[in-house]
Amino acid sequence: MSEFFSMNGHGAYVWSAYGITLAVLILNAWLARAKLLAALQRARELANQAEVPRKQPTVRRLQ
Amino acid sequence: MGAFKAVLARDLRVAFRRWSELGHPLIFFVIVVTLFPLALSPTASQLRDVGVGVLWVAALLSSLLALDGLFRGDADDGSLEQLLLSPAPLTITVLAKVTAHTLVTLVPLICLVPLSALSFNIPFAALPTLALALLLATPTLSVLVALGAALTVSLRRGGSIVGLLVLPLTGPLLIFGTRATDLSVNGEPTAAPLLLLAALAALAVSLGPLAIAAAVKVGLE
Amino acid sequence: MKLPRWFHQLGSPPYVYRLAERLCPWLGGLGILLLAVGGFWGLVIAPPDYQQGESARILYIHPQTAYIGMMAYVVMAVAAGVGYVWRLKIAHAVAVSAAPIGAWFTFCALFTGAVWGRPTWGTYWQWGDPRIMFEALLLFLFLGYLALRGAFDERDKADRVTAILAVVGVVNVPIVHYSVEWWNSLHQTSTLLSEGGPAMTTDMLIPFLIMFAAFTLTFYWLLLRRLQAEIVEREGDARWIRELVAEGAR
Repeated sequence: MSEFFSMNGHGAYVWSAYGITLAVLILNAWLARAKLLAALQRARELANQAEVPRKQPTVRRLQ
Repeated sequence: MGAFKAVLARDLRVAFRRWSELGHPLIFFVIVVTLFPLALSPTASQLRDVGVGVLWVAALLSSLLALDGLFRGDADDGSLEQLLLSPAPLTITVLAKVTAHTLVTLVPLICLVPLSALSFNIPFAALPTLALALLLATPTLSVLVALGAALTVSLRRGGSIVGLLVLPLTGPLLIFGTRATDLSVNGEPTAAPLLLLAALAALAVSLGPLAIAAAVKVGLE
Repeated sequence: MKLPRWFHQLGSPPYVYRLAERLCPWLGGLGILLLAVGGFWGLVIAPPDYQQGESARILYIHPQTAYIGMMAYVVMAVAAGVGYVWRLKIAHAVAVSAAPIGAWFTFCALFTGAVWGRPTWGTYWQWGDPRIMFEALLLFLFLGYLALRGAFDERDKADRVTAILAVVGVVNVPIVHYSVEWWNSLHQTSTLLSEGGPAMTTDMLIPFLIMFAAFTLTFYWLLLRRLQAEIVEREGDARWIRELVAEGAR
């Protein structure tokens, strides 16, 4: 088992390479999902604003 | 052709009206080139080793300095839009402006480089190759600098980003130019990198103005 | 010229959004599965190289991430070009979505390459090695594209200006690819597409190819997810968006 981790002395190289790549993939997956959720949330807010009935602007008479 | 000459002449005249500003890139170059030996305190042979690289990098950095004058001045006072409206094809106009900029900014710069090379203990025999490499690199450099200027012409503070855009693109010029100079210093044949620089120049001059014109047009929309 | 129906459909943001929604689970699921299989195969089952030893296992991620990075740039440049010429907003959305993913993959390529280079060639980085230099240039092009994008206030202008940068930079992709054939470099020439078939034993070839497929699928999964976010943002309070969030699609 320890042989697997040390990779005959090349462990640092192999694991850092695989590790960083995995980390980058996870990061990208997380970022993509977060962006989508944020965009949908913003869209939801925009939709809610539109539904609130707009008050008719009062016409001010010039005295 | 007439349009090319007219724009070229006009740009040269405008540039020489503020001739003191023309000196800025040159002074910047000299300062940068002086800073390196100050920082490195190299021996004579170390100086020669780093000299080629330092000279090229300093030249590239200095060429960025005056790029604002390429389009922004005209954009600010509306004359760039006038040029867009004129019947002459924008590509020709762009080519003329880039040529003017090259003559006024880059040519004096690359004249300085061989002189500075002597102060880096670069052998006299290598200077012709250095000069030739610089000459071949100049068209590509002009086009890249102009492209950077055009892409950022509508930005208020485009200056800081332009370096980020242009310098990586000049990487190949740096690689081939320093290769050629190094080979020449060692007395080896320099045809390969010089030909590559020439090929890049041909590519840049033929396709560059199209991209630059497009960028200017979009920038002013 | 009568364009096929799918071409028109692809210009419609709601269509593309819903298509992405249907495709993503498959792309992501299959991609992750293949990553797991290929990764395991490469780390455990595949044999060490008789010359390089265990560090040869990086063969199963380095060329792949590099290739995907280059593909991402081509996707970005083609999309940006299409958007510029035909004024298709969705094409610009694709370009914007591809850029950060491509940048990250290129970073991975450079990192795994450096880490592989140390035990193999004795150095993490070789200035002047053409492939490394041009791959680094690719990363800078991605970063420059993103930086330039961010500098503009108007999205439309940002789209069109950065499209020019993207298209100009695509020249770098074939240069990275052919650099090993044009110059002497630390890198070896293509092992896969050389004459007489791949110069790799089957037990290394299989994970090698699996990982290519895995990274490709994962890239497109990530691309479509980002594209969805980009579409939603660009469409603002369009009717179909309001219906979408009302549906509780998420």
